[in-house]
Amino acid sequence: MALAQADVLAGLAEIVNDETGIPADSVQLDKHFTNDLDIDSISMMTIVVNCEDKFGVKIPDEEVKNLETVGDAVNFIVSAS
Amino acid sequence: MTKKIVVTGVGATTPLGGDVATTWGNLLAGKSGISRIEYDWIAQYEVPVTFAGQAAVKASEVLTPQEIKRLDPSSQFALIAAREAWADAGITEITPERLAVEFSTGIGGVWTLLDAFDTLKERGPRRVLPMTVPMLMPNGPAAAVGMDLAARGGVRTAVSACASSTEAVANAITRLQTGEIDVVVAGGCEAAIHALPISAFAAMHALSKRNDDPAAASRPYDVGRDGFVMGEGGAALVLETEDHAKARGARIYAELAGGAVTSDAYHITAPDPEGSGAARAVLATLEMAGAKITDVNHINAHATSTPVGDIAEYNALKRVFGDHLSNIPVTATKSSTGHLLGGAGAIEAIFTVLAIHNRVIPPTINLDNQDPEIPLDVVTSPREFAAGPILALSNSFGFGGHNAVIAFRSYEG
Repeated sequence: MALAQADVLAGLAEIVNDETGIPADSVQLDKHFTNDLDIDSISMMTIVVNCEDKFGVKIPDEEVKNLETVGDAVNFIVSAS
Repeated sequence: MTKKIVVTGVGATTPLGGDVATTWGNLLAGKSGISRIEYDWIAQYEVPVTFAGQAAVKASEVLTPQEIKRLDPSSQFALIAAREAWADAGITEITPERLAVEFSTGIGGVWTLLDAFDTLKERGPRRVLPMTVPMLMPNGPAAAVGMDLAARGGVRTAVSACASSTEAVANAITRLQTGEIDVVVAGGCEAAIHALPISAFAAMHALSKRNDDPAAASRPYDVGRDGFVMGEGGAALVLETEDHAKARGARIYAELAGGAVTSDAYHITAPDPEGSGAARAVLATLEMAGAKITDVNHINAHATSTPVGDIAEYNALKRVFGDHLSNIPVTATKSSTGHLLGGAGAIEAIFTVLAIHNRVIPPTINLDNQDPEIPLDVVTSPREFAAGPILALSNSFGFGGHNAVIAFRSYEG
């Protein structure tokens, strides 16, 4: 059963906050991980692995480069769940 | 034209306190920073040594959660110490290209490395943190400090075991003397109170096993000494050309008068019993300082509280100073802090600088029964200097046969 988009967004925001200190309410669907949130590739890999653990999904390495915005990541996780 | 170098800032986090003022106060009060280790692994692995000099203030109480997550504990201590030293120096403007960092560790990010291996074994390679490499590399603390202070004049890491951060201070001298840079933040750190390094040091019988009385375990020069006590923390000094310091009206603690590094090529861990390499380091330091042996009126000794090490250092000093040695008050502050390994030289440099600045020598504790083979004038309660100039040495020696010595002088303006 697919996870709800709002639940994934809230969970992702918590992971991003934990890793980077960025306030969870700044993590919005239209935000670009690099350009808006200033998240580097090393933090991104940690966020990806933590998302896999939290949501029980697999995010292949080759997919990570396509997850440019928070919305991209949320939608991928929802569809993979 | 060689420029005079002065110390204008100090910072530290140690087993005696989370900053320099607390550390120095507790040192003068004769307190011990050594206590029982409360980690579960003490019982889990039946580690033979159950105490150490643990940082009095946890880094997580000072740094942000993200800094804690992205830095090995050794780099956390480095950053805390460097920020305090920088604030203490009060430098508000500097060209980044004229600011350098010399910051050491003896072991590097051992917690990060071993945690990552546990993760690999338990959860597989994908769960190994992507920050593992920059966190475990020995230049990690120097790099963290350099990034934090925006230092672009070169960030370097001397690694020479327990001599590392004295070497870091010595390495700053030439760069400042030639005038290629104006300011160096020099220091060292260590965070190795972990089951593996403790077991490894214990396996070579280097550590005290006085588990029933941790506060009395680090006892340099005492007949009952049975090894050193691991400590952790970080310490940093702001070193500056005199011209630069005076131009901005800085408070000057002392002059960094000289420093030298030599090597024994004798044994990988044992000190040369003749102490000739250590003696050469002292003589080269005095030559750089333009000083005679009779000018020296204080030594902060390496004195780790091992049976052979303390005697070897005495032999080296005797070789240099001869009969004058009995006139020189010596202190062994590892008795209070434990041995900060790669951070030891830097914290002892600060103690030497503060002894000069405050004109009082901090005590050696736990000296109940002085070894008759080491007839030094050991200071056991705070002792004030007589009036007049002070020239003080701080010695550090490391596995690998590394000898590093630095000299500080009272600053007369």
